[in-house]
Amino acid sequence: MELKTPEKLRYDLVIIASWIKPGSRVLDLGCGRGDLLAWLKKHKNIQGTGIEQDKDKAAACISRGLTVLQGDLKDEVLDYPDGYFDVVILSQTLQQVLQPDRLLKSLARIGKQVIVSFPNFSHYSGRLQLFFKGTAPKTRQLPYSWYDTPNIRVITLADFRSFAKKVGYTIVKECAINSYGQDREGKIVTILSNLRATYGVFLIEKTKAASK
Amino acid sequence: MKIEKQYFTYDASEKGQQLDSGLVLSPVTIAYETIGRLNHSRDNAVLICHAFSGDSHVADLYWDDPSESNPGWWDFMVGPGKGIDTDRYFVICCNILGSCMGSTGPSSINPETGKAYGLDFPMVTIGDMINAQKQVLAHLGITKLHSVIGGSVGGMQVLEWCVRYPEMIKSAIPIATTMRHSALAIAFNEIARQAIMADPLWNKGDYYHSSGPGLGLAVARMIGHVTYLSDEAMRRKFGRKLQDKEDFSFNFEADFQVESYLRHQGSKFARRFDANSVLYITKAADYFDLADNVNTRESLQDLRGNRSKFLVISYTSDWLYPTYQARELVKALKRTGQDVSFCEIEADCGHDAFLIKDIRLTNLIRGFLDGIEDA
Repeated sequence: MELKTPEKLRYDLVIIASWIKPGSRVLDLGCGRGDLLAWLKKHKNIQGTGIEQDKDKAAACISRGLTVLQGDLKDEVLDYPDGYFDVVILSQTLQQVLQPDRLLKSLARIGKQVIVSFPNFSHYSGRLQLFFKGTAPKTRQLPYSWYDTPNIRVITLADFRSFAKKVGYTIVKECAINSYGQDREGKIVTILSNLRATYGVFLIEKTKAASK
Repeated sequence: MKIEKQYFTYDASEKGQQLDSGLVLSPVTIAYETIGRLNHSRDNAVLICHAFSGDSHVADLYWDDPSESNPGWWDFMVGPGKGIDTDRYFVICCNILGSCMGSTGPSSINPETGKAYGLDFPMVTIGDMINAQKQVLAHLGITKLHSVIGGSVGGMQVLEWCVRYPEMIKSAIPIATTMRHSALAIAFNEIARQAIMADPLWNKGDYYHSSGPGLGLAVARMIGHVTYLSDEAMRRKFGRKLQDKEDFSFNFEADFQVESYLRHQGSKFARRFDANSVLYITKAADYFDLADNVNTRESLQDLRGNRSKFLVISYTSDWLYPTYQARELVKALKRTGQDVSFCEIEADCGHDAFLIKDIRLTNLIRGFLDGIEDA
């Protein structure tokens, strides 16, 4: 199985990658087949670790030379020393986590910074469906029905901002994006982002003074 | 390219090398085989550690085996272009101390008496096995290993290497193994030992002038063999099928295929292995306990703080060293900041799965070893 380092990443990952400092120690939660880690290793010389639940995907990562652990991310994050990672990445995974508050508190312990990306549930396409058809939104970013979706958490950009504060984080940077075309292409949304963006990407870190 | 079993003998008392028990065993002979070529900078060596009843014949064929009847025990993994590519790596495999496949063990001649050691052979540990292998590496001029790889008791040796000589180890692949035996694993080993010692022909280990405890040894192997399989594998392979008959015999012949299979495995093993070696090696595996060492950061790095890279592999149906034990190892390695990858492989063949050809294992090992090259 030959998996090449992708030259082009999914658009939210492009934003995430641009925020990673060269040489940093990175943990990618739900790393899939390791596209982001492989790209960062090649282009930013990072020391990367991934966690992936799916056995075949985890094996594919290891087979391409990445450091990856097969397991449940909520358990795997518990074992690392305090402040072990410069950055922990949670890309398009938060909406599938059962206890997001608990997870983010764990991440505050092991990572100096956390990058979170997630599909924005308040994008106008979803709002229109709910408003006019009265059905749970089914969009290209969120193509599931209510009964078979892995996305058990409904998050909007506005919700995430208040959630981050509540679990003890300060937002360092945020970027609302609208991606299309196999998600490889996209653009940054600056006006009315909560309505127009399909994804949100946030760089957060533990609030210093506020924590006891 | 055909290979040859080689022997290295050294004088341990001259080197002042003690066993963990404090005793000195000397001289020591270690049988080993090598495949591939050591490169100019001597940094492409891969040490493979065999499991409890294995030997140094890890892959390829012996030059004096024209009928090609005896390929190595990991032939699908080790060779030109294979998972452990002998075009790139210089592979070494040593028969463990205490065994009977060419290295010094209880069936070797005790120079003090001129007779086989028997129970006069000192108790050896997994650490003692490593120390003996280190002498072979020194003899070959190797001070650094690109990787040390092994399954089961071989995996214990891998971990022991990382704890004792972290400065020599660039990477390590412990497969289907544990930091220490569970009560279940000790229990099976104890039953195997008792089966041997209950055979009157065992004669307190002094049997080398006679036929020896073949029946006890066969029963020991039957027990061991069951622990290497799994419920699923045995159901698939045998179920309740009868052996060469339509109905029960209503006596104690082997009615079921599984009975016949175990009897065959038992007697085959008794023909090739030494009963006392089973006692010594199973005891070494039972004594093995690295949990405390793996849980401390200092024991897994060299003086400059360099660490090894780990790939831990377990199998879903392994009930001898189940995945939870591999995860305990991974957890300990993570806590101490090691670079560790882990993958559980879905397979129904039990503990012995790592000895069965599987492209997933090959890809994992190949990719991991490639990744070391980058580092």
